Amino acid sequence: MADLPPPLAEIRDDFLSFTEKERLQLLLEFSNELPALPERYAEHPELLERVEECQSPVYLFVDVVDGEVQVHATAPAEAPTTRGFASILVQGITGLPADIVLAIPDDFPQQLGLTAAVSPLRLRGMSGMLWRIKRQVSAKAAV
Amino acid sequence: MTVAFDPAEKFQQYAHPERLVSTSWLETHLGAPGLVVVECDEDVLLYETGHIPGAVKLDWHTELNDPVMRDYIDGERFARLMSAKGIARDSTVVLYGDKSNWWAAYALWVLTLFGHQDVRLLDGGRDRWVADERALTIEAAQPSPTDYPLVERDDVAVRAFKDDVLAHVGKPLIDVRSPEEYSGERTHMPAYPEEGALRGGHIPTAASVPWSRAANDDGTFRTAAELATVYRDGAGLGDADDVITYCRIGERSSHTWFVLTHLLGIPRVRNYDGSWTEWGSAVRVPITVGTEPGAAPGR
Repeated sequence: MADLPPPLAEIRDDFLSFTEKERLQLLLEFSNELPALPERYAEHPELLERVEECQSPVYLFVDVVDGEVQVHATAPAEAPTTRGFASILVQGITGLPADIVLAIPDDFPQQLGLTAAVSPLRLRGMSGMLWRIKRQVSAKAAV
Repeated sequence: MTVAFDPAEKFQQYAHPERLVSTSWLETHLGAPGLVVVECDEDVLLYETGHIPGAVKLDWHTELNDPVMRDYIDGERFARLMSAKGIARDSTVVLYGDKSNWWAAYALWVLTLFGHQDVRLLDGGRDRWVADERALTIEAAQPSPTDYPLVERDDVAVRAFKDDVLAHVGKPLIDVRSPEEYSGERTHMPAYPEEGALRGGHIPTAASVPWSRAANDDGTFRTAAELATVYRDGAGLGDADDVITYCRIGERSSHTWFVLTHLLGIPRVRNYDGSWTEWGSAVRVPITVGTEPGAAPGR
């Protein structure tokens, strides 16, 4: 299994250093920190891809600029868990080289120690986001 | 101790008006002796972002389901759970949640399995409370433990298992999933695994009535007359006295179970919680693909 890139490894280690209850609180902090969309996407929702695996509406868009990945995502305030997942990926992946992003292990969401507190079903939404980010990166890095 | 019922006129048209409270009633009665307000959401963090003052959080996934067996918790764990939430056997429990009360209705159904008498839904759920701009707090409630008795779960009255449904095919069955799930054409992305069930479609002879047809845009329930049009006329339930509802895992169908049982007053309604995740993968059960209910296979 490939190692996690350092920013994602740091996020994982943070989660694992807490009790399960505290992990939920950390996820809520990530949720509150989800950056607003850059204006060019806020005004063009059609550029965003809906993550169908999530029960709540979450949209994301990936840029690859000079081989460096930028992830943008938006989800409503009524879906803090989904926002938290998106925020982890936005903060942990943005700035990484495309080939490193493509090598992120698909089971990263399951490594955060949230399975008991959040449930596997809900974590599936995060897997869907990661998968879609990687798919957009591979399409855009190839151009 | 039972708290007074909400006398709202809208509710009087329903078969069991005592099963609903309005947001204004709840605001007035917050803190009443014997009342426990419980938030149950799809989103496991929503309670933490703000909830009705004094409300406790109940998570359907991590607290109501048994972690090992695909089943609900047993009587002993249920008693511990109720105690931890500050719920006594004679408490009036008012449930509310996100998504027009999907999960709140699911929790209400589980409480019904344990025979908890006075359990009500907040009409319109969390969204309506927020839209009304009523008070929210981020302060978690600190309930005092109660002496909730050990009650065995009753899996007969309101719960259906796969074999019950097999025997019921051809009698009133309501599939509350989306039309795409019902017909079996549910889309899934290439290279992304289809999760949940091996096959798409529905249980033969089931009528399709997406759960949301019972709710207005603001999450409140439609009027009794509107509900009768949707279910008795539209879905052909007529005077049916024995109905089974299902969805994917039994959560959306709890919402419809609540509507048929408490709002329309159908005498026997069972929720099939195995639902499509079981039926769509089970060996030797028939399915129907397409938009028509289909015929019961000969036995």
